[in-house]
Amino acid sequence: MHSDRAPIALQIAAFAGLAFLHLPLLLIFVYAFTTEDRSYQWPPPGLTLKWFAVTWNRPDVWAALGLSLKVAAISTVVAMVLGTLCAAAVSRAKFFGREAVSLLVILPIALPGIITGISLRSAFSLGEIPFSTLTIVLGHATFCIVVVYNNAVARFRRLSGSLIEASADLGANGFQTFRHVILPNISTALLAGGMLAFALSFDEVIVTTFTAGQQQTLPIWMLEELVRPRQRPVTNVVAMVVVLVTFLPILGAYYLTRGGTDTAGGGK
Amino acid sequence: MEAVRPGIAARLSDLFWRRPGALLLVLLIPPLLWLGVIYIGSLAALLVQSFFSIDEFSGLINYEFTLKTYAELLRPANFDIILRTTLMAAAVTLAAAVIAFPIAYYAARFAKGHMKALFYLGVMLPLWSSYLVKVYAWKLILAKEGILTWAVDGVGASAALNAILALPVIGGGSLSVSYIGTFLVFLYVWLPFMILPVQAALERVPANLLEASNDLGARPGQTLRHVILPLAMPGIIAGSIFTFSLTLGDYIIPQIVGSSRLFIGQAVYAHQGTAGNIPLAAAFAVVPIVIMGLYLWMAKRQGAFDAL
Amino acid sequence: MSYAVEFDHVSRHFGTVRAVDNVSIAIEEGGFFAMLGPSGSGKTTCLRLISGFERPTAGHVRIFGETSEDLPPNRRPVNTVFQDYALFPHLSVRDNVAYGLMVQGIDKRTRHARAEEMLALVKLDSYGDRKPAQLSGGQRQRVALARALVNHPRVLLLDEPLGALDLKLREAMQDELKALQRQLGITFVFVTHDQGEALSMADRVAVFNDGRIVQEGSPEDIYQRPRTRFVADFVGSANVLSPALSRRAGGPEAWHSLRAEAMEAIEGGSGRLSGTVTTVRYLGAVKRVTVDVGGDELTVAIPAGQDAPAEGATVGLNWTATAMHRMEGA
Repeated sequence: MHSDRAPIALQIAAFAGLAFLHLPLLLIFVYAFTTEDRSYQWPPPGLTLKWFAVTWNRPDVWAALGLSLKVAAISTVVAMVLGTLCAAAVSRAKFFGREAVSLLVILPIALPGIITGISLRSAFSLGEIPFSTLTIVLGHATFCIVVVYNNAVARFRRLSGSLIEASADLGANGFQTFRHVILPNISTALLAGGMLAFALSFDEVIVTTFTAGQQQTLPIWMLEELVRPRQRPVTNVVAMVVVLVTFLPILGAYYLTRGGTDTAGGGK
Repeated sequence: MEAVRPGIAARLSDLFWRRPGALLLVLLIPPLLWLGVIYIGSLAALLVQSFFSIDEFSGLINYEFTLKTYAELLRPANFDIILRTTLMAAAVTLAAAVIAFPIAYYAARFAKGHMKALFYLGVMLPLWSSYLVKVYAWKLILAKEGILTWAVDGVGASAALNAILALPVIGGGSLSVSYIGTFLVFLYVWLPFMILPVQAALERVPANLLEASNDLGARPGQTLRHVILPLAMPGIIAGSIFTFSLTLGDYIIPQIVGSSRLFIGQAVYAHQGTAGNIPLAAAFAVVPIVIMGLYLWMAKRQGAFDAL
Repeated sequence: MSYAVEFDHVSRHFGTVRAVDNVSIAIEEGGFFAMLGPSGSGKTTCLRLISGFERPTAGHVRIFGETSEDLPPNRRPVNTVFQDYALFPHLSVRDNVAYGLMVQGIDKRTRHARAEEMLALVKLDSYGDRKPAQLSGGQRQRVALARALVNHPRVLLLDEPLGALDLKLREAMQDELKALQRQLGITFVFVTHDQGEALSMADRVAVFNDGRIVQEGSPEDIYQRPRTRFVADFVGSANVLSPALSRRAGGPEAWHSLRAEAMEAIEGGSGRLSGTVTTVRYLGAVKRVTVDVGGDELTVAIPAGQDAPAEGATVGLNWTATAMHRMEGA
C-alpha cells in the first residue's frame, strides 16, 4: 500500500535539515542585540538596542551601502536588457550555435567566481583600465544575466508562439506586438529576474574583491570585518540588516512567479 | 496614436519579417558582445597569462610562451593545495548529497500546499541570503566562546569534542581553525544548491512508479535503492556540479574559518595580490576549470543537464 | 471570375522536407473552401502561406490578384482563427476582440462598440469583461472567431477550428460557421483532417497528401469519384479494388473504387465476386458486412431494414457496372 504519510525517520531528517539551514541565520538576529562588544560570547550577557544607533551614525557603512545599491541597480538594468534579448533570441528560433549561447550565459555562474574575478582583473590590468564603479558593474552584470535569462526563457516557453502570430495576423507590427502582447506576458518574470539579479549583485563579494580596487561595497566592508574584526557590534547589526534586505526581493520574486513552472531562484 | 507614428517602426517591422535572421542578429548582438568581449575576452587573457612566467630575480613578468608556470603547479607545496581543495570539494559534495536527499525527497513527495511553500522558501531564503552573513554566522557559532562550545559543555561532551580536535590533520586548536570547521561552513553554505536540483529531479518521478515498485513486491528500502535513487541521480549530479565548483573556487571561507593551509582560491588570490605572480595565479585558476571541465563532461554523459 | 486566393506553382521546403510541393489552387471569392488531408500533408503550411507566416520557396501566392510575397501578415486582408485560439490571456474578451482595431489606432469607445457587435454576432454579448481563462472551449472558439472578423477581412482562415471541441458542440458549430459564412459573404478557407467536416461544410474541397493536392472538387466529386486510391482511402467511403481484383470482378485491370452501399450480398448466390462473411457490424442505419474474397476484404453496407447474411456464410457480391469508378494508380 502506498501511503501519503512520510516515514518518521524521513520527517526528522527533513526538518532537521531545514533547521540546520535556518538556525545560523537566526543566531545573527540575537547577536545584533548583545551587549558584549569584544568577543562572540554565548549566551549574550545582556541585550541592548544601542548598536543600531551606533551603526546608523557610521558614514563608512552608509557609503558602502550606497555603492552596493548603485552597483546592484546598474547591473540589474544591464542584466535585464541583455538577459531578455538573449532569452528572446534563444526561444524564438532554432539557430546554429543556440546551445553555445545558452552555455555562454551560464558559464559565468558555472565557473567558480574567483575565475571570473581574476580574469576580469587581469584583463583590466592588461587594458590599463582603472578601477571604478564601472569595473564592478562589468563583473556583476556578467553573472547577473543568467538569472534574468533563466526566468525569461521559462516564461517565453510558456508564451505560445501562436499568440505572437495572432497579433501580427490582426494587423499589429512587430513593435506593437512586443508592447501589447509580449511585454505584458513576460513582465512578471522579468521583474522576478530583476529582483533576483539585484539580490545577487547586492551580495556578491568574490568577483568584487578583484574588480573594486580600493572601493568598498557593503560585502567588502563586511569581509574586512570578518578578516580583522574591529567593530563586532556594528558588523552584527549590518549582518542582520543585510539578511532582512535580501529576503525582500526573494519573497517578491517568489510571489511573482508562483504557480508557474518558472524557476525563480534555481539559477543562482 | 499608433496610426500617426512615422513609418519607420512599420518599415523595420516589415524588414524583420522579410529577414528573420536580421531580427535574431539584432537580439543576439548586444548580449553576445558583452559576454564575448568582456567575459570570454577576460578568460582568454587569463589563459594567455598562465603561459607566461615570472622572472625570479626581478619579479617582472616574462612575456614569452612557456609551460614553466604549469610545471610549478606540480611542486609538492602547490600540488598539496590542489589535492587538499579537491578532497575538500569531494567531501563537501558527498555530505551535501546525504543531507539534501531527505529534505528534497520530503519536499517533493510528501509536502503539500503550505508545507510545500514552506519547504520551497525554506531552501530559497538561505540560498539567497548573504554569503558573507552566512559565513559570519558560522564564525559566531564556532568561536571558542561561542554557542557550539557552550552547547557541548552544556551536555557534558567537551571531552568528546576535545578528542575530535586532537585528531591529526582534521583537528586543531578549536573548531574555527580546523578543517572540520571549514568543512562545516562549506557544507552549510552550498547545501541549498544540492537540495534544489535533487528536488527538481524527484518531482519528476511519478508517484505511480513507486506504487508499481511496491505492487511488484519491493520493500520500501528496495524501492529507494532501485527506483528512487537512480531517478534522483541526475539531480544529485547537477547539484554536485554546484557544490564541487563552488568549493573549488572559494577563497573566503578557508580564510575566515580554518587552518592556515591554503586552498586553490587562496593561492590564486595570494599570487595575484601581494606576490604579484599573475602567471602562477592564472595557472592555479585554470586548475578548477580543467577539473570542472572533466566533471561536466562526465556529468553530461550521465544526462545530468536535463535536471538543471 | 475573380479569385480570392491563388496558388501559382507554390512550393515551401524546410531543408529537405517538401512541406508544400508545386501546388496550384484557385479559391473563388465568397466560397467556403476546405483543405483536407492527414497531418503533415501540407494543408496547414498552405494556410500559413496565405496568412503570411510562411513564405514560398518557389511560386507565387496571390491574394485578390496581388502577389503577396513581400506583404507581412499584418498587412494582408486576411485573418485567422487559430487552432488553439491564441486568445491573449492578459486581455479581457472585449479587448481581445478589439485588438485588431486598437493596433490601427481606433479610439477606445469606437472599438469597444464594434467589439460588442462582433460578440453579439457570435452570441457572447455579456461576456466582454471576462478573461479567456474563464470561458469554456466552445466560448473561446467564438471569441477567436469574433476577433478574427472584427477587421472585416476579405478572407477568413480557419485552422482546425473545431478540433478541440466535443462531438455535439462540433456539429452545432459546423452549422453556425456555414450560416455565418453565408451571412457575411466572406471567403472562408478551412483546414481540417476530418473528412466529414470538410464534406459537410465546404463547397470546394482540396485533398492534400505529401505536400501535393491529389484532388480538388466539390464534396460530391470527392466522395463519389475519388481520383486516386489515397483519396478513396482517406475519405473512407469506398472499397478500393486492386487491378487484379477488378479483373477478377470482370472489369478492366486498373484501380477502382466501389462504394459499399452500391453493392449487394446474396447469401449462397453467385455474383461478380464470391467470398465468406467475416464480420457483421450493426451501425444503426446500416449494417456493415465484411466479406473475404480470396485474400482481399470488401465492405458491403446493407440498409437496416434488410436481412444481412450471417458471419461465416458464403455470399455472392453484385453491383451495376457503373458503380465501379476507375482511379489513377497508387
